[in-house]
Amino acid sequence: MPDRSRFPIDDKPGPVTAANPSRVATLVHRLALDRMSWVDVVLLLIRIGFISAVVIGSTRTFMEGRFSAAQWGTLIAAGVAQGSIYSLIALGYTLVYGILRLINFAHGDVFMFGAFCTVFLAIWTSQQGILERAPAITVLSWILFAALISMSIAVLVERLAYKPLRNKPRLVMLISAIGASFFLQYTARGFFSTAFRSYPTVPGLDGRLELGQIAVPHVQITVFAVALALMAGLYILVEKTRIGRAMRAVSENMETARLMGVNIERVIMFTFGIGGALAGAAGVINGLYKPQGVSFIMGFFPGVKAFTAAVLGGIGSVPGALIGGLLLGIFEALGPNLVLTGLGIPGSNQLKDVIAFLMLVLILIFRPQGIMGEAIKEEKA
Amino acid sequence: MVVLPRPLAGRGLLLLQQAPNRRVGWMRVLAACLAGIAATGLFILFIDAVSIRHMFTHASPALVAYMTMGQEAPAAGLGLFAVAALAAGAVGAGLALMPAYWRNTIFMAVLLVVGMALLSELISQVLRQILNGRPDRLLFSQGALRPAVAAIAAAAVFAWRGLVPRIRLRVRDRLPQLEPERQRQVSLAVRGAGVLLLLVLPWLVGSYLSEVLANVGLYLLMALGLNIAVGLAGLFDLGYVTNFAVGAYLMGVLTNSGPQATGEFNFWLVLPVSILAAMFTGLLLALPVIRMRGDYLAIATMGFGEIIRLLALSDWLSPLIGGSQGILFIPKPNIGAFTFQTPQHLFYIILAASLVMLVVINRLDLSLTGRRWMAIRDDETVANAIGIDTTWIKTLAFTLSAASGGLAGAIFASKLGTIFPHSFSLLISMNVLCIIIVGGMGSIRGMVLGTLVLIGVPELLREFAEFRFLLYGILLMAVAIYRPGGLMPARARHYRTEPAPQPAGGTPATSSSAASG
Repeated sequence: MPDRSRFPIDDKPGPVTAANPSRVATLVHRLALDRMSWVDVVLLLIRIGFISAVVIGSTRTFMEGRFSAAQWGTLIAAGVAQGSIYSLIALGYTLVYGILRLINFAHGDVFMFGAFCTVFLAIWTSQQGILERAPAITVLSWILFAALISMSIAVLVERLAYKPLRNKPRLVMLISAIGASFFLQYTARGFFSTAFRSYPTVPGLDGRLELGQIAVPHVQITVFAVALALMAGLYILVEKTRIGRAMRAVSENMETARLMGVNIERVIMFTFGIGGALAGAAGVINGLYKPQGVSFIMGFFPGVKAFTAAVLGGIGSVPGALIGGLLLGIFEALGPNLVLTGLGIPGSNQLKDVIAFLMLVLILIFRPQGIMGEAIKEEKA
Repeated sequence: MVVLPRPLAGRGLLLLQQAPNRRVGWMRVLAACLAGIAATGLFILFIDAVSIRHMFTHASPALVAYMTMGQEAPAAGLGLFAVAALAAGAVGAGLALMPAYWRNTIFMAVLLVVGMALLSELISQVLRQILNGRPDRLLFSQGALRPAVAAIAAAAVFAWRGLVPRIRLRVRDRLPQLEPERQRQVSLAVRGAGVLLLLVLPWLVGSYLSEVLANVGLYLLMALGLNIAVGLAGLFDLGYVTNFAVGAYLMGVLTNSGPQATGEFNFWLVLPVSILAAMFTGLLLALPVIRMRGDYLAIATMGFGEIIRLLALSDWLSPLIGGSQGILFIPKPNIGAFTFQTPQHLFYIILAASLVMLVVINRLDLSLTGRRWMAIRDDETVANAIGIDTTWIKTLAFTLSAASGGLAGAIFASKLGTIFPHSFSLLISMNVLCIIIVGGMGSIRGMVLGTLVLIGVPELLREFAEFRFLLYGILLMAVAIYRPGGLMPARARHYRTEPAPQPAGGTPATSSSAASG
């Protein structure tokens, strides 16, 4: 952005002279239109296009009165539950990005690995009848187990794929991250084959809670509560503990933190571990929420969407990940019915993922700093 | 089996080097070997006793039988296994201690023999194609390589290793001494021979290998295209499949005679249209992301790639492009009455396209635009500061790189005859990106090598197809860590900063600009 003070804007239009050709020219200058390149024009057109599509689509849906208030409520509740899963995964992205400025492409697969390994434990506990006797403790043990697995995987990935590349260009790290993602996916495939496996139904989670007209499934409430508890724990960890302070210091400025005696490598390992543990926990509650089960490619979509959530909330910001995840979940639940149906697009629920990806691209274009985040430093990649 | 001892040997060497003296070192090596064998043995006993197949599908009795070498009692098999592992470890250590020349020669010989054995069926097929009778009986008996043949092949490698450096030295000595006119003739002759070989290749290798070659060619086309964006201009594009899909769908929609028939145009008419459409899409998608840098650009373009696939899959556009049903009945290309029906025929179209693209990319590489791209790749801020219109030059890179993808897509649609949305997944973009990174960013020779290794070899080794992407993952990480320039890095060019002395009557040297050197 050019420095405005060096292009003083004349507030008094004045007479039309050679130096000051017309009022139109003044207006053009005042709106900074004369410094607008054709890329700006395109971006503006895209912005106008999307805003009008959203406005037209949603007004038409409301005018037609297609859905009742209760139906909207159900959709939002589902969106919140899904969104809280995104938030948990997004935290892993955000923490790592805050410290290494690296998009940990393999994070979605860390999530997958935790969920996949734990599904065998879950099936076993269900077969042994342990799940029936003490559902709450059993589910808690699943979450712990998955967190442990994912934590180890995340630390391992950091050790093998990222540590040798410290201080190398970020794109080289991204290449390594893509490689790690492939490696994890196809290792899981080699171990567990391509089959889908489902988590057993937990007794007590199949009911619904009536909130006025809206019926919210218990599982959604559980998902939301677990995610919220984990995030509160993380918040305390980052804000109140010694290692949390070290993490914040490193993400603020790695070199200064090193000079102050912070053990950088330990902080990085810890960060990957925490992110992985949260992703593993997210894997279990995702398994409870989604009946279709887990498979070796399940990591990709949640991974990309969680990254979207992290960027939406402001990458590097912990509360941002929560807000971003919830917003993305709600948009994704409402978007197809609210906007696309109104625009007369058939089969709009198939395009749920398109909405997520579109949001990803639009946020990256128009607001890469997200809701909570600071502007991204123009570091060379 | 073979994989295990290598790390063991490597670890042993490391332990030897770190140890305070030789004796302690060897003790440690022995301990490490024993520990490794004990761990493997315990693992085998465990999967023999407790079935964990419902979880690890490969931990089957077959694996146990394989690792204990078919012995009835696991303990006896384990003993055999331990001996074999120790022997292999000793061989590995011996190899590591050998001079590099001999180690490499032995490695090449082993590679050739193992390769011949693995590809026995294919080699027989090719031989039968060329010669009458059963020439393959000379090499193989019951699908296995004859020991004599293996010995001859190994000996051939040794002879080759002895001869080639000498020939190469003589050529290298004599070529610069020739007159420029003769030099040009020699290089033309070599290139002509290469093209001639490529022209007869499909008839030598038969239909199946031609199919493989055609696939390799399609990926080469895409790799060359994406190389403009990633290798030259440094724009990390993870959504290259978009261009491929646009080319393929346009070709499909405009030429098919199925339910989505629109006019059943001719292949040759639609081909340029597909390329232009892909370029236009490339331009449209480049505009919004042109200001992004590095990893954000990668993620945004990946988003585009997925959006295209999901749109192709959706009911919304299915009246036009078939949705999940895909587009059927796409005709093969034809000239007059002649139809390019078999993989051999189609190979020529792909070969022609690849050669054209190779020339174009080579020219671009040498051009001023090419150097502007490289300047942006190396440092965008500086490039901007020295007066390069980065916005325009980057848009150009996206647009031109899309052209090749559209071309590949159009040929792909016509070659297959049907297209479905699942052919346009993120994996395509990833494959092409792997080729570029493993081959060497910005290096045209690297693209060719990368395509042959990453697309050609896995097509031949169908048994290992399951591990293809596992290998890709390992390769990507290894290249990033050990060889960031790729297997065949682009040669660094040096531009002279002062005007070159003008030879009488010669054209002005193109290398005199210092704009971005």
